[in-house]
Amino acid sequence: MPKNTWIYILLMALVTYLIRMLPLTLLRKEIKNRFLRSFLYYVPYVTLTVMTIPAILTSTGDIRTGVAGLVCALFLSWKKQSLPVVAFASCVVVFLADLMLRFLA
Amino acid sequence: MGHKRGAEFAAGFRDGIPIGLGYLAVSFTLGIQCRDAGLSLAQATVMSLVNLTSAGEFAAIGVIGVAGSYIELIVGQFIINLRYMLMSFALSQKVEPGLSIGHRLGIAFGVTDEIFGVSVGRPDRLSPFYSYGAMTPAIPGWTIGTALGVIVGDVLPGSIVNALSLALYGMFLAIIVPKAKEDRHVALACLLALVLSCLFTYLPGLKLISGGSRVIILTLLVSGLAALVWPVKEEKEAEHA
Repeated sequence: MPKNTWIYILLMALVTYLIRMLPLTLLRKEIKNRFLRSFLYYVPYVTLTVMTIPAILTSTGDIRTGVAGLVCALFLSWKKQSLPVVAFASCVVVFLADLMLRFLA
Repeated sequence: MGHKRGAEFAAGFRDGIPIGLGYLAVSFTLGIQCRDAGLSLAQATVMSLVNLTSAGEFAAIGVIGVAGSYIELIVGQFIINLRYMLMSFALSQKVEPGLSIGHRLGIAFGVTDEIFGVSVGRPDRLSPFYSYGAMTPAIPGWTIGTALGVIVGDVLPGSIVNALSLALYGMFLAIIVPKAKEDRHVALACLLALVLSCLFTYLPGLKLISGGSRVIILTLLVSGLAALVWPVKEEKEAEHA
């Protein structure tokens, strides 16, 4: 192992923190521009969608259990269940689906 | 707002528990890779503690493992983590305009996909104490998971690790779906994002774009388009604020 591993770690931490910190600290006023406001209104939901789909399908290592988890999460979110409830219930469904597949295999 | 601090922290802590558990599972595999790349227990643990980012750390291990250049590391981290800048941008409008610089620096440390996800789901303004609450289980989850991965490798049964891997995505859906239900324009924007995301993941050529870049490109494209076609009305803005 090269002895500069700590420098790698320091550099990546600096870059990552600056990215996270600059907009929050520099933008201290409400944005008035309507386009920018609208843009930022959509950003969170669009970002989360792109991060979730299709990654959720392959997240469990088996597309069948991934689909089971996705369907469960969609159903419970539609029913407006809280974040932890949706997350835990979906995990349990994936676990059970996995057990079932192993049993049937 | 002083009397609300405790309640905000508690709410953040509650939402942070599934995040921490999800992190534990993901960072466990990260720890295994750290070990394979030659990082010591201390190095891997500190890396996760101070970086708190999955895609960025996975990429960095690749660079460190082959003793790549510092410039390569920096450019890679910048591109992969650029999405945090968009998130930080969005959060700057979600916090109290007069919020102190200290709290802004504090919130910034915890801008991850997941903590950002639960933060935007908050009604009204984002309290820094909510962020701190969410970080309290999330940061140890990520850090300890990495350390455990280095120390014990494959000790958790695969079926449990696999099931936990879905937790974070389930949580994202719990943020997106209720909002899409009440705002048709958000629903349409998400639908477009969903289709494009699948195309970018599976189509030849397009799939060469890394996950981090895909998130940035599609976020800019779809949110920009939605803002042009369906600019938010005053009452919607008030609701967002």
